[in-house]
Amino acid sequence: MRACKKYFSFFRLRFNMGLQYRMAAVSGAFTQILWGFMECLAFLAFRQADPAAYPMTVSATVSYVWLREAFFSAFRTWQTDGEVFDSIMDGGIAYELCRPVSVYNMWFVKTVAGRISVATLRSIPLLAVACLLPKPFRLSPPAGPVPFMLFVLTLFLGLGVTVAFCMFTYILAFFTISPQGLRMMFTSMVDFLSGAIIPLPFMPDGVRTFLELLPFAGMFNLPLRIYSGDLTGASMLRGIGLQCFWLVTLLLAGKVLCRAAEHKVVVQGG
Amino acid sequence: MITMEHVCKSYRVAKRNAGMREACKALFRREVEIIHALSDVSFTIGDGEMVGYIGPNGAGKSSTIKILSGILTPESGSCLVDGRIPWKDRKEHVRQIGVVFGQRSQLWWDVPVIDSFELLKDIYSISPAVYRHNMEELTELLHLQELLRMPTRQLSLGQRMRCEIAASLLHSPKILFLDEPTIGLDAVSKLAAREFILRLNQTHKTTVILTTHDMQDIEALTKRIILIGRGRVLMDGTLEDMRVLAAVHDNAAAAQPEQTEESLERIVAALYQQLHIV
Amino acid sequence: MGREADRKLITAERSGMTTKIKNSSRVYFHYITISLRSAMQYRVSFFLMVTGRFLVAFNGILGVYFMFSRFGHVKGYTFGEVLLCFSVIQMDFALAECIGGGFAMFSGIVRQGEFDRILLRPRSAVLQVLGSKFRIDRIGLILQALVMFAYGIAVSPVAWTTGRVMTVLFMLVGGTILFISFFWLRAAFTFFTLEGIEAFNILTYGAKEHGKYPIDIYGKKMLQICTYIIPYTLIQYYPLQYLLGRTDRWYYGLYPFGVAGIVLVCCAVWSFGMRHYQSAGS
Repeated sequence: MRACKKYFSFFRLRFNMGLQYRMAAVSGAFTQILWGFMECLAFLAFRQADPAAYPMTVSATVSYVWLREAFFSAFRTWQTDGEVFDSIMDGGIAYELCRPVSVYNMWFVKTVAGRISVATLRSIPLLAVACLLPKPFRLSPPAGPVPFMLFVLTLFLGLGVTVAFCMFTYILAFFTISPQGLRMMFTSMVDFLSGAIIPLPFMPDGVRTFLELLPFAGMFNLPLRIYSGDLTGASMLRGIGLQCFWLVTLLLAGKVLCRAAEHKVVVQGG
Repeated sequence: MITMEHVCKSYRVAKRNAGMREACKALFRREVEIIHALSDVSFTIGDGEMVGYIGPNGAGKSSTIKILSGILTPESGSCLVDGRIPWKDRKEHVRQIGVVFGQRSQLWWDVPVIDSFELLKDIYSISPAVYRHNMEELTELLHLQELLRMPTRQLSLGQRMRCEIAASLLHSPKILFLDEPTIGLDAVSKLAAREFILRLNQTHKTTVILTTHDMQDIEALTKRIILIGRGRVLMDGTLEDMRVLAAVHDNAAAAQPEQTEESLERIVAALYQQLHIV
Repeated sequence: MGREADRKLITAERSGMTTKIKNSSRVYFHYITISLRSAMQYRVSFFLMVTGRFLVAFNGILGVYFMFSRFGHVKGYTFGEVLLCFSVIQMDFALAECIGGGFAMFSGIVRQGEFDRILLRPRSAVLQVLGSKFRIDRIGLILQALVMFAYGIAVSPVAWTTGRVMTVLFMLVGGTILFISFFWLRAAFTFFTLEGIEAFNILTYGAKEHGKYPIDIYGKKMLQICTYIIPYTLIQYYPLQYLLGRTDRWYYGLYPFGVAGIVLVCCAVWSFGMRHYQSAGS
């Protein structure tokens, strides 16, 4: 119970920090609204070229774009100015290792808190505006109460998968010297595989089936498609199953790796 | 010649409070506080003088230095350095001054010191003859021979400070501002730096304004001290004047006037408290 | 006699101007040399960064490729034509980040107190900002854009004439200057507030991302906005039409020169911002 309190105070601190930057949030939301708008236009232009080849409905595409923009800050795999990452690079993390708290858990909680805080701030004005836009750019309501609940569930699970994945980048950054160039290549590859560049349904069929098996598809591609009813029935259940599987696997693998690396550092003397 | 007359400067600072509720409130409304950094500051410094500018943190020292160097414009009052208004004739003005910030480096971090010097030579348009002459003199007096080829990031603090001082003197400025130059330096480096500055003032008649918390710097280098507190000039005189001022405010010391052994640090600390500026 | 003296004075003044420009150029190139030397201190890491960025940049084109393999064409543009458009914009942006990096990173410069040091030197602040942060590592992006451009030329049937080659050159120069100007504008606003600058990212990163398609695919309204409010069409759409042979109006190729107006605006805002910085302090 005391451990929970500890983690909660980390959460609260980080959440508060995120709230301070109000102007940044407003202009960030504005930027994203424009960005999403342009993306919708591009998709519509492509649809005009060959409506038969278009793999989703228009409203599903538009919802996908807006939801992705809204929760973008929660799901990015590259860290620009995360407090945790900075502390790793600064070496301030050396103090953290002295505390009686599991490093993995602390990083996890801090990252999740930071992301939820920023995403909450950004997504509310964005989604509000998106609901008020004229058709066909409007964000449509979810496909039903059940899809909506599943959407919320898989959204949080997806955040878990994303953060569990980010743990690996922290661990690698902290315990080894990983050149920024390699990290960049890796995260951009993940971006592509998770559907951040173009949504997975737009990929050629063979490629798509393969990508859906990877953990990256469970980050935000899954919840966003469930929301609009683009993914239903058996394939949806299979997707959720895969997401849970990857969440557990990545968490366990991360913890094991982290402990092994910690052990190595402690034994060697850092 | 430097003159400051009735200079005033205030800043507007946004207040940020702690706690979740305050953070949410701050989303919609921000309180602003006005800080009076300088109130009616006036003094005159002649050519070739060496002046110590002291005061507690937040007293307005860096604001003064910034105004004198032309980075900051005051709200009211006038300031003339060598017949120029610092912030109006910026490029001409900064050509004549050198500034050393103890906490921030002006050298390029990853390249050898000599490369930084060469770039400064171009920036200040220093003629080759003057550059060569100054380099010889500075290298000799500050013992820079082994340091010139090393990248700045590999230098110790003492070594870096010597290079900083050299860098600020390459263009033979008439006035040198030193902002906490000996902070963090070991005893040997401090003595070397002091000796150099003294010599600089004696041979080149460079006007030196020194801001520091280190009272031994003041004692070794300056004859004149300006004390600033909460934005006001509280004393402008010699070290003796300061001792007298402290004695005036402190009855205990007045009873024992032979206590000149009283460390300068203690006198200054007591003075700050007596004048309610800390 | 008087005219002789006048002429001498004019030539003296002009040579004063030319020596000033020569002087400033020398300082600028000296800055670039230092940047290069700095980068070479970390050779391996530098090489990996450049390679990393080179490869990462293909992500974008991969996305476009998959879209085209599914749909074949968009608003009458083929893959090759879009590739040409994309590569020119990419190159513009890469060059702008390389040369104008100082403006892009300006908030960092101010926050770390470096700008105060810049003000203490007898040189134009702009020259120092641009020179000191010349981003040589952006060469990876520049190379990637070149590769894309070469492929685009190979895949699209453009009838190359001197006029068309000049058009591409103007698009590059004009586009680079436009992007640098937007970085400049954002830097100027940093004088007033350190937050909320993100909106400016639309002008730069947004334009780079969405400018990969010719602007008319976004519709007529967008075309108008991008002509009269923010002049992207001057460096992309109009010269592109002439380049791809969709119009005979050769003067479309000269449109990029219109960015001069934006440059003047940015200059004014910057001067105003600098004065504000000097009165507000840091």
